[in-house]
Amino acid sequence: MDRHGHDRRRLFALGAAAAASAAPLLSACGAGFGGDTTGGGGSAADEVTGAFDWKRAEGKTVRALLNKHPYTDALIADLKAFTEKTGIKVEYDVFPEDNYFDKLTVDLSSGRASYDVFMLGAYMVWQYGPPGWLEDLGPWMRNSSATGAEWDQADFYPNLLQAGQWSLKAGAPLGQGGQYALPWGWETNVVAYNTEVFKKLGLKPAESFDELRELAGTITRRAPGAGFDGMYGVAVRGSRSWATIHPGFMTMYARNGLKDFTVEDGKVKPAMNSPRAIAFTGDWAEMVRKGGPPSWTSYTWYQCSGDLGAKKAGMLFDADTAAYFQAVKGASPASGKIAFHPGPKGPGGSLATNMWIWSLGMNARSRSKPAAWLFLQWATGKDHLLRGAVQDNHIDPVRRSVSEAAAYRDKMGAIPGFIETFEAVVDQTRIQFTPQEQFFDATTSWASALQEIYGGKNPSSVLNGLAGDLASKIG
Amino acid sequence: MALTTPPAPPDRPAVPGGETAPVRPVPGWRRSLRPYLLIVPALLLTGGILYPFGLGLYYTLFDFAASKPRPDLVGVENYRRILSQSSFWESARVTVLYAVGAAAVETVLGVSVALLLHRASRVGRVLEKILILPLMIAPVIAAIMWKLMLQPSVGVVNHLLEPVGLGGVQWTDTPAGALLSSIAVDVWVYTPFVAVLALAGLRSLPVSPFEAAAVDGAGWWFTFRRLTLPMLWPYVLVAVIFRFMDSLKVFDIIYALTEGGPGDSTVVLQIRAYLEAIRFQRYSFGISYMIVLWAVVYLVTMVLVRYLGRIQNRAAEVPK
Repeated sequence: MDRHGHDRRRLFALGAAAAASAAPLLSACGAGFGGDTTGGGGSAADEVTGAFDWKRAEGKTVRALLNKHPYTDALIADLKAFTEKTGIKVEYDVFPEDNYFDKLTVDLSSGRASYDVFMLGAYMVWQYGPPGWLEDLGPWMRNSSATGAEWDQADFYPNLLQAGQWSLKAGAPLGQGGQYALPWGWETNVVAYNTEVFKKLGLKPAESFDELRELAGTITRRAPGAGFDGMYGVAVRGSRSWATIHPGFMTMYARNGLKDFTVEDGKVKPAMNSPRAIAFTGDWAEMVRKGGPPSWTSYTWYQCSGDLGAKKAGMLFDADTAAYFQAVKGASPASGKIAFHPGPKGPGGSLATNMWIWSLGMNARSRSKPAAWLFLQWATGKDHLLRGAVQDNHIDPVRRSVSEAAAYRDKMGAIPGFIETFEAVVDQTRIQFTPQEQFFDATTSWASALQEIYGGKNPSSVLNGLAGDLASKIG
Repeated sequence: MALTTPPAPPDRPAVPGGETAPVRPVPGWRRSLRPYLLIVPALLLTGGILYPFGLGLYYTLFDFAASKPRPDLVGVENYRRILSQSSFWESARVTVLYAVGAAAVETVLGVSVALLLHRASRVGRVLEKILILPLMIAPVIAAIMWKLMLQPSVGVVNHLLEPVGLGGVQWTDTPAGALLSSIAVDVWVYTPFVAVLALAGLRSLPVSPFEAAAVDGAGWWFTFRRLTLPMLWPYVLVAVIFRFMDSLKVFDIIYALTEGGPGDSTVVLQIRAYLEAIRFQRYSFGISYMIVLWAVVYLVTMVLVRYLGRIQNRAAEVPK
């Protein structure tokens, strides 16, 4: 008797029966792909009526997911004031940035309401908005029963408020549609430099991209001989991540009038392989080779910022906060010797700057939306933001009233060029990317392409390959 | 010494008061149910493995993504797309290179270390304890630690190499350098694992063949080639299977060290699956990558395990 054959037949029959019984089980257990995302139609904000009252949700708890950041430290330091004002308790989890967005993404995509509010950037609105994970805050802002008059929407810089507004259609400009995130803290991308090495070598901040490349190479060649052992020219990010593209690179790219994508007849088409974009990208990679950090392909903002503070980098082209945290008294060996400059201008004097904005958003599945909205209102309100800017390190105000406050100007005036630089770029700082859902795939691939060009590959063939790949995914 | 017969165990359990409890017969239904109850944990465990696996397979038949929460049934389209992408084949090539390279180096080094430590000595016993230290470090921590040590300007490795004129190496900035550096970290973490297995094998080998070889005047190389290695081979093969399987599934070491760069040069299949499923939220596509990887690991492991079985049978002289 073929015992093995008999066993195999029995096993097959068992498997088939298990598969047949699993099918209804799968659908019953929620294999229905993330659950309902239709969202109904009305907003929970419409249920809030009567006079505005900070105590409306007294006794409730708001759960917040936060990224480890000085802005977060300022928020946590002031939470007691919120609880006293509203009677709402805040429970929070803080994750380092490397894990933060993965945690948030997994949490939101699971369809659970583990957190009512969270930190996010404008780019995340493009990813989290279309699946219906983000609450549209527009109805809450427009409802005078839910929103106090002192919140003063007009006080926000308009470009920051617009960064969180989108129609959820790929390629559609920001500033239209729902308000999916509120401006809370932000960063402009400018140049910070070591005044000591500039003085010793008789250098001046670069006013054009050509000058910046020249300057980076000069510092790398001459600084070690002038007593700055191991110093290189300019710290810029280089890791294989979307975060490499958006600060200095995208700022200089935009100042040169270049686009990531073009929108034609509603179709989003890659444009990072235009002849001018190819030339610019090649020049950027050459600047990094001649004047950038060793081991650039692993550089995140932590390394860039650290190198400026440790006097390893003569310049930093990145978020102003990354330099500010090294510039404050006692923070690093270079503190007291770091100054700010708007950075190289583009043709025609363009100071178009890409921004990173730490916004606050609400989970569309939150079970405590009125309490969550009160929290968002307070966290983006004048009192908390002024306190954070003056007493803590919540710099780069999203509100004009804070940036004009005497206490803030006194504090920031101690850092050479900070206020002047901020004021020079604030009105030209906006999201320079084209909003679309595949942002993270596109920019991660773009960073990968940049690394390949840095490694010596032909910019034209690499960027044409990238554009071809993205064209099949986006459009 | 007088031998005494141990007292027979009581056939009825004692109860307080010195009396014995009356024996109650186990009902027949309980006796027949017992075997089924005993396999319940195994069934639960199997179900716990098969359910997510089945769910994953089910998802791969759709175009499920964050941007498409109401997906269409696409059948095997995800697999067709994956297998037609040049990026998949490039990732497969890198994955195999990594796994073969890491497993080969770890095996040679691990066995060599085990042979050195096999001679009983005080130094050897101290070295054994030091040897297993890397195994106590999480691979992701080891990768971050090495990332710092391999930093060209401030890392200790270049600092140590400076006196011999090799101080300026950009360890992870070139495709070949990044792959070799990743393999080196893997080797650092897991060579002790192979060494410990090989050492255990060495210590379990029979002594008499070696004594006979010594009496016959056999040299070290002859003894190693004709006696030690053939008898040790089943143990080495177990280590090779574990290391090869693990290296095919590597994620943490490479992601922490290079994030898959420069370019796509160290994007192994696990990293690509992670990026697709978590970062880019194309769930079905990401899971399909994992299923393909699972199939590859399963087939390779099956071949290796069958080979191991044959080797073990031969070593035990079991007649076929």
